Amino acid sequence: MPADVGTKVITGHFGDEEQKKIAVYEQRGGYRNLKKALRMQPAVIKSEVKASNLRGRGGAGFPTGVKWGFLPKDAHEVYLVCNADESEPGTCKDRELIYWDPHQLIEGMVISAFAIGATGNNYIYIRGEMMREYQVLIAALDEARAKGYLGKNILGSGFDCDIHVHRGAGAYICGEETALLNSLEGKRGQPRLKPPFPAIVGVFGKPTIVNNVESLSNIPAIIDKGGEWFAGLGVGRSGGTRIVCVSGHVEKPGIYELPMTLTMRQIIDDVCGGVWKGRKVKAVIPGGTSMPPLAEDELDVVCEFDALMTSERIRPVEYLAGKKFDMGGGRELRTMAGSGGIVVMDDQTDIVRACWRIMHFYYHESCGQCTPCREGTGWLQAVCKKILDGEGKMADVDLLGTIAEGIAGNSICALGEAAAWPMMGFLTKFRNEFYERCVDYDPAVAPPPLAPLPGPEADDEGEDEAGGEGAAA
Amino acid sequence: MSLEFSAEAKQKIDALVGHYPSKQPVVMAALYLAQKEHGALSDDALRLVARTLDLPYPHVYGVATFYTMFRRETAGTNIVRVCTNISCMLRGAYEVLEQFTTELGVEVGGSNAEFKIVEEECIAACANAPAIVCGKEYFLDVEPEQVKDIIAWLRSNPQPEEEVV
Repeated sequence: MPADVGTKVITGHFGDEEQKKIAVYEQRGGYRNLKKALRMQPAVIKSEVKASNLRGRGGAGFPTGVKWGFLPKDAHEVYLVCNADESEPGTCKDRELIYWDPHQLIEGMVISAFAIGATGNNYIYIRGEMMREYQVLIAALDEARAKGYLGKNILGSGFDCDIHVHRGAGAYICGEETALLNSLEGKRGQPRLKPPFPAIVGVFGKPTIVNNVESLSNIPAIIDKGGEWFAGLGVGRSGGTRIVCVSGHVEKPGIYELPMTLTMRQIIDDVCGGVWKGRKVKAVIPGGTSMPPLAEDELDVVCEFDALMTSERIRPVEYLAGKKFDMGGGRELRTMAGSGGIVVMDDQTDIVRACWRIMHFYYHESCGQCTPCREGTGWLQAVCKKILDGEGKMADVDLLGTIAEGIAGNSICALGEAAAWPMMGFLTKFRNEFYERCVDYDPAVAPPPLAPLPGPEADDEGEDEAGGEGAAA
Repeated sequence: MSLEFSAEAKQKIDALVGHYPSKQPVVMAALYLAQKEHGALSDDALRLVARTLDLPYPHVYGVATFYTMFRRETAGTNIVRVCTNISCMLRGAYEVLEQFTTELGVEVGGSNAEFKIVEEECIAACANAPAIVCGKEYFLDVEPEQVKDIIAWLRSNPQPEEEVV
């Protein structure tokens, strides 16, 4: 049975300032899963994580157990790095996980380090702006070290592991795992060409696993109750619950740990009290601004990794009217669950302005290393701004589409797609809003309204279960 | 002019070097410390970091100019980072930002002795938009009318970022 609304695997102690004290964490059962894990064979832990169907919570949704499996069998110096560089616009869960429950993350990290053989020094790469959370982590790590949960011969197991916090200094790109590794090495945070992937050549040239804060925070519960239990909480190939961060025009924005059985409409209406001021939805970004937005009639899709990628009830993205974007091999792009950052825009939102702000962000954050991204994001924001300022022509709208199509798939890292995908998504679903701003706007040339979608399938579960109790903080 | 690190900073850098297989990864922490002790990352401050970690000056320069939290110019005590990214924008962040510039007479990106106003990208507080971070203090669900109070509070409770290194 999938999790009920109200099931909390990792956010149960949000709002409780006591939880960050190690004595309280221990009293509530903390670190017992580390003790349990240290008595298990690393291979058994890895198979539990694989069986759990835990999928990376940073944005890609790649199965954590499979990622761990990419380490070379004979690797003798391995690093574990926690990606705490949360900066995807609309995403605000990792910061809260660190602030409210730092020991849960540390316990998850030590267990994971033991499982993958990451002895010695491991790292948490935290965003520079998260100064409060940095201090919380430093204090928690000191406590854990004093109690023998970190350091040499942890709890008599013979396993040595320490964790150090590495502060970033303001660069969105460092959330990209190879840029993060370069930054950790004391370089400019520019992504590396892949392959080789970090599991083969990571930080300091050694095999490295990079996992997100939320992913690692789930590990103690998986050790506690087993991979099968965790998989059962989820849906299909996605195990566990999911933290969604709902922001923008809803009555009750918040960070909610929810089952992956709820549709976007249920999350907005039942969990978040609906759109604010009695208005209607115009657009929803489902998983951080890198993801194509949904239109109002596309909200009856379950917020789960695979459903958002494949559901027929979400229109495929087109870069020009009627021209579908090809992700390679004819694969259509709909959208993705991404980082769980849901941004709701009401029916009075200026879509062109919202789109420009997002493009401006990627332009600002492009590392400048490769041409399609550096130049492309600059053009996207400049042309968006021109249209926003009422100086654009209808041909500029199509120019946006072709620039985006030219970036996607042609940059060193995914930041190129992160700008191109939402750009194409906004054009697909709101093309007329861009056209109407143009100096040469001609309604006769405007594309016909969007094709209707198949109606919502009868939902036999989950429909009435969602309540306001999903609130985690 | 040749700059130096304090004994405390030197000690901190030595301890951090022990966390890594080489000195180079400590460059970001050393830049933070240099910024704290010398107010900004002048050429001399960058040379100090390069010398301390046995790194080429161009490497240190490259790192210092890549990340937005490193600054070549001095800044006011409080660096007020006002997020204007999508979630905050949808709930009025630009009005909040404008209120700061009006109240303080400081341009976006500008600074006086007390305050620097930064238009910041997403600070991961989207559920409480508009959000501001200043040092280790967050201001959440901010409305333009509260800006005056925030400024007054920061005047009596300064939140220098340099405290966190």
